[in-house]
Amino acid sequence: MRFELSPRTTVSPVARALAPVAAFATAFLIAGFVIWLMGRSPIAAFDVYVLQPLSDPWSLQELLVKATPLALIAIGLSYCFRASLWNIGAEGQYVMGAILGGWLALKTHGTDAGFWVLPLMLLLGVIGGALYGLIPAVLKTRFGVNEILTSLMLVYVAQLTLDYLARGPWRDPKGFNFPQSVTFDPAATLPPIMEGSRVNYGTVFAVIAVIVTAIVLGRTLFGYRLKLTGDAPRAARFAGFSSKATTMAVFAISGGLAGLAGIVEVSGQIGQLQPSISPGYGFTAITVAFLGRLNPLGILIAALVLALTFIGGESAQILLKLPLDLTQAFQGILLLCVLAADALVSYRIRLVTRGGGK
Amino acid sequence: MKADVSTSGPPLVELKGISKRYGDLLANDGIDLSIEPGEIHALLGENGAGKSTLVKILYGVIEPSAGEIRWEGRPVTIGSPVEARVLGLGMVFQHFSLFDEMTVAENIAVALSEDWSLATVRSRLSEISRTYGLALDADRAVWTLSAGERQRIEIVRCLLQNPRLLILDEPTSVLTPQEAEHLFGTLDKLSAEGCSILYISHKLEEVRRLCRRATILRAGRVVATIDPRAKTAREIAALMVGNEVGEIRSDAPHVPQGEVLRISHLNMPPAGLHGIPLKDINLVARAGEVVGIAGVAGNGQSELFAALSGERLADRADAITIAGRACGSIGIDGRRRLSAAFVPEERLGHAAAPSHRLSENTLISHAATEVSRSGFILLSAAKRLARTIIKSFDVRTPEGDPQARKLSGGNLQKFVIGREIIRKPKLLIVDQPTWGVDAGAARLIRQALVDLAREGSAVVVVSQDLDELFEVADQMTVIHQGHLSPLKPIGEWTKEAVGLEMLGVAQAPGGAHAV
Repeated sequence: MRFELSPRTTVSPVARALAPVAAFATAFLIAGFVIWLMGRSPIAAFDVYVLQPLSDPWSLQELLVKATPLALIAIGLSYCFRASLWNIGAEGQYVMGAILGGWLALKTHGTDAGFWVLPLMLLLGVIGGALYGLIPAVLKTRFGVNEILTSLMLVYVAQLTLDYLARGPWRDPKGFNFPQSVTFDPAATLPPIMEGSRVNYGTVFAVIAVIVTAIVLGRTLFGYRLKLTGDAPRAARFAGFSSKATTMAVFAISGGLAGLAGIVEVSGQIGQLQPSISPGYGFTAITVAFLGRLNPLGILIAALVLALTFIGGESAQILLKLPLDLTQAFQGILLLCVLAADALVSYRIRLVTRGGGK
Repeated sequence: MKADVSTSGPPLVELKGISKRYGDLLANDGIDLSIEPGEIHALLGENGAGKSTLVKILYGVIEPSAGEIRWEGRPVTIGSPVEARVLGLGMVFQHFSLFDEMTVAENIAVALSEDWSLATVRSRLSEISRTYGLALDADRAVWTLSAGERQRIEIVRCLLQNPRLLILDEPTSVLTPQEAEHLFGTLDKLSAEGCSILYISHKLEEVRRLCRRATILRAGRVVATIDPRAKTAREIAALMVGNEVGEIRSDAPHVPQGEVLRISHLNMPPAGLHGIPLKDINLVARAGEVVGIAGVAGNGQSELFAALSGERLADRADAITIAGRACGSIGIDGRRRLSAAFVPEERLGHAAAPSHRLSENTLISHAATEVSRSGFILLSAAKRLARTIIKSFDVRTPEGDPQARKLSGGNLQKFVIGREIIRKPKLLIVDQPTWGVDAGAARLIRQALVDLAREGSAVVVVSQDLDELFEVADQMTVIHQGHLSPLKPIGEWTKEAVGLEMLGVAQAPGGAHAV
């Protein structure tokens, strides 16, 4: 006895539209069951995870704060994933962007360096992420090394580098031995959109990235190149698109946007370098990209949804004493449900019993 | 021939009212077919007529929606190929399933059940080789073998299990005429020993050579069961296609003009482990003529196509000259801008992206068409172009702008060839233009190729179909092991001469290029 997936001849657009809804419902049911197993009320958890954050103005702002890096990184990843190139190392590119941009903030600390510091920091963030993203791309195009492994392993290299810097050379000498750098000067701090708000200009960058990407992917030859490379690599070569150039370009773009997210987070929210600057944005962004079906607008919505799980996860920790691991587990369950729902829209499952013809 | 049918006992296998429905499509519609013991029965039909579906049902790969299979008179259910083999069916597929790195004996052993040791396989292999003239060296690695030898492995693999019915799907598509003749000898012998054979083909001459009964399918139904020897090839083709098959006409005589393509001393190492190196290729194609390149599959055709299209670059710029420009080191886009056009062998995945709409697929040759401007896609221009191609080349589509994979093979081929021809290229290079295409589409495509040449373009056609080349080509050469024979006017070639060149055993009159 075995299961067989056979492609459906026609794919109903209604089913395609309803698939994410079904995926969410299933993910909530599974998560609710897990919470019930842990001896808590699934209803109370749903209230804390979903309803409360959506009804509180402070939480709504926080939603934008958390969705910003997710959207920036996921938009970048959508370039890679469209071309069927698997950059799993956005977390590392995020950290490298923060390190390179943060370096300028520390260099100019205490000087009267002017308005140019911040734009340059952002630029360095992009460059840091892009260069770091190019490492797996070069290894793949030159030596045929699998980009999934290299990009993933480089995450740990980046994280440990930041750890070393924050505990070692870049540690604030007057910081009571806490493993963190000095606080950035105002010239190196990304300002909020409105006075007193936690939402900073990073959110604007994310929206711009969404709009630009929508145009690039939908209307330009470069966008078509990625789609063709992903869907039919031989046809892409036949169209004159070099696969090496494509690989380099998408890794540079996704690394650059992840690096931008890193420096935005450090200069806008955290205000200093410390060993940990991300609750796993770079990995969650993979879920965001797929949940948004690699569509820019979809990614924006998916980023808000996943941001909700971060915020809900924090309150659940406090209010229900549920571990933070549960939030990550839920994100994983959600990704699986989304991928499964998409597969079921295009394929039908058939139970094949051994030897039974009819 | 009726005598055969009415021999004692029931037929070996009898299909009654077999239907197979895929959604709205009825791939098989109430098919009746019976095969007598020892009979070589042909299954004829265009691509998409339902031959493969029927054979897959018989071999237990798919289950029918309705109908009954009787084996020696008693109803059976064939749930899987394993059950089919137990029953006594053997099948030789068009595409071989062999492990390149393993030896002949190992390849045979892996397909058999566990109680076959390598030693028994070896001894039975040499026995069968002798009996049926299927020469095979048990210890050769498969990747060193020709297509004909690989096919022998598949056949021997079936014969080891003493089949009662052997099914062969387009067995000669990869063979030289000589190798094909050899295969026919083997099949005759098997038939004489009582093994039935179901022979699937669209090559009429072979069917007439081998079979006394042929079942003709069209659009999923049996249109006739005939004695192929009692009918002319044209009559049989008419039954398959459903109307009279016209001939390719060329009003204007062949008047070659200026040189458009020159290949001079082109050498290229193989791309992969088992690729074919190109060896000192020389060829000239002039405006106004069709140059045919014949050859058995896997003799460097795809390598030559990649070198000509610029998907692989030559080591010297002057190895390939298009329209007077040395372009051996220019990529495919640059060559398209020199007014060259290319149609590769694989329609899905190479010439077109299966999941993309036809309008998007026009973007693949974007370098030479007006579907983009300064990096932006002109979507309405692409849609217009797709519509024009669909109309000019009679592409039958299920909807206005369908995904490429929704088209049948013939219609998609008309589209990808139309996409290139519509911009009137000075040079068109096409690899296997009518491979797996129905007769109607093949005729339209060949006509379009000839017309393009008569309007003053140079057309290079790489094909395994000799009849096709004799029909369209003005000049012809044969590729064997990555080397081209001298180019000669089509009138100076005979099928025998081509066959010898294909095998690499030809001796030119001057003795200049013996291999």
